[in-house]
Amino acid sequence: MNVGTFILVSAIKTVIALLVLLTAVAYTVWLERKVVGHIQNRWGPTRVGPFGLLQPLADGVKFMFKEDLVPPHVYKPLYIAAPIIAVVCALTSISVIPIGNWVTVGGLRTPLQITDLNIGLLIILGITSMGVYGVALAGWSSNSKYSLLGGLRASAQMVSYEISLGLSLIGVLILAGSFSLREIVDAQAGSFWGFIPKWNIFYGGQIVAFFIYLTSAYAETNRIPFDLPEAETELVAGYHTEYSAMKFAMFFMAEYANMITVSCVATLLFLGGWHGPLFGAAVLQEILPVFWFLLKVFVFLFIYIWVRGTLPRFRYDQLMAFGWKFLLPLAIANLVLTGLIVALRS
Amino acid sequence: MQPVATTFFFYFLAALTLAGGVLVITRKNPVHSALALIIALLAQAGLYLMLYAPFVAGVQIILYAGGIMVLFLFVIMLVNLERSQREEQFNKQWLLGIIAATALGALFITIFVRGRAIFPVHIAAVAEESNTQEIGLMLYGNYMFTFEIASLLLLVAIIGAVVMAKKRI
Amino acid sequence: MPDNYFVRYLPLLIHFLLAAALAGAVVTLSWVIGYRRPTRAKVSPYECGITPVGDARGRFSVKFYLVAMLFILFDVEAVFLYPWAVILRQLKMYGFWEMLVYIGIVLVGFFYIWKEGVLDWGQPSARRGEV
Repeated sequence: MNVGTFILVSAIKTVIALLVLLTAVAYTVWLERKVVGHIQNRWGPTRVGPFGLLQPLADGVKFMFKEDLVPPHVYKPLYIAAPIIAVVCALTSISVIPIGNWVTVGGLRTPLQITDLNIGLLIILGITSMGVYGVALAGWSSNSKYSLLGGLRASAQMVSYEISLGLSLIGVLILAGSFSLREIVDAQAGSFWGFIPKWNIFYGGQIVAFFIYLTSAYAETNRIPFDLPEAETELVAGYHTEYSAMKFAMFFMAEYANMITVSCVATLLFLGGWHGPLFGAAVLQEILPVFWFLLKVFVFLFIYIWVRGTLPRFRYDQLMAFGWKFLLPLAIANLVLTGLIVALRS
Repeated sequence: MQPVATTFFFYFLAALTLAGGVLVITRKNPVHSALALIIALLAQAGLYLMLYAPFVAGVQIILYAGGIMVLFLFVIMLVNLERSQREEQFNKQWLLGIIAATALGALFITIFVRGRAIFPVHIAAVAEESNTQEIGLMLYGNYMFTFEIASLLLLVAIIGAVVMAKKRI
Repeated sequence: MPDNYFVRYLPLLIHFLLAAALAGAVVTLSWVIGYRRPTRAKVSPYECGITPVGDARGRFSVKFYLVAMLFILFDVEAVFLYPWAVILRQLKMYGFWEMLVYIGIVLVGFFYIWKEGVLDWGQPSARRGEV
């Protein structure tokens, strides 16, 4: 394969990935409204299309035509740049995530992944840590009290939980011995005791790390029960109080894209990625891994929404105490224990 | 497959780093300075990548661009911008600064020119597949003591941060 | 599949550029299409209908800065653990003890900040002069 073909193939893959991701974002919003609606004994969106399925489209058009206010008290360059930073960071981290094995399309053998980097996990962590800027700058540049408080809260919360998130991954790294997401998934192939899959959540005792990861990730994405930055009862809308029209929607896009990334990473690290029972014809065997992967991601997204419909919000002191005094020591204990077991065995 | 436009990327990233660095000290608005510094640090991460050090590049983004700069931004967020923009940008020691910078630059050039005899021209490239593993083996094998001292350094920094924030000791 | 090392990062760059172009296009499009009829009430900072008082940028609890500083320090700790985790199988028990000493020393700092009350956000400090 020469350079031109390679660039073309990756550009096509990127465009497809972005389209799929944006559609997934739109329909995650729809799913959330629908599921939360049913949890609260309502119908959720029903008017636009069957089951309200065209609602995301209507919302998108509405956001486009809404009044795009840039208040004079904001700091304009950063006020406009902040949602762009948030969205770009959220959309870029999907590029190192593998969704399946290698496939052959039109004679070209290519992995179902935009690029397989040996530091894939580090790249995701790096892009996540850059995402803090979108929130912090939005809060600061808006020059409004609610925005600034929301931005400060959000950044303090995100950096606090980033530590336990980073530490919860170490158990998985010990077991896989690589940063490459593909190799981490490959390390989880097969089963033990005949029937239990060798996923990290079952094997190697990473179930504690799994819960630490999931909890920290909820805080990283500013979702209930950790949605303090946009606690509407005290901060109106937090860091995006002063935003309107598409710029407001872009923070939502970033939030849901981050949710999807988090779900993908959780699937890859703890639930064995695309591994699952394979059966049937050759074509089915090619498609099934992708299906298993998407199914697991969907389960995570559903849990996200379920949690939102179920749990109340933390208080800020509770949130900080939970992250620093509970999750962080637990993550350290987990990695020491995993390290001891692996070191004794090898 | 041959490397793609390596020269172009090197000069591009180097220019970005330098431009970012210059902007950091010339901008009056501290937020602009911080953003320029973030860009310089990211470009530097790209340069590390080109030096076959992907792990260092990743750490550069996580720690410098994503960690330390958040702290900078936090501090700047409460600075009164109008006042800081009125203040004089460079203090009276700029002459001393230029002399020091020139001396440092001269030192670099001297080492670069004369050091060719001392340092190997081509550094043996580490296999990219095992870059992190190689770093680990060096860090936890040969330089074990240095690594343990780093933890002491962290301990001192933690205590220092708390002491600094206290009103009274 | 290209096995050249640097070329693998090219798709990441392409993805980044495309995402940036998309975000920029969306913002521009919304700016072009959306109508703007600002009034004085619309463009004033939102404060629940009350006339805004003072500037937004005030003084904040020093705890935010402390958290940011502690984040960097613990992040450094985590970064040191990454290469260790990847090669623990080769280091065996030697590597484990090595890391136990390292984590032990950092944990001393952790318990110090715990006892100093840096991690307590709720209760006002009992003694003056505390963080």
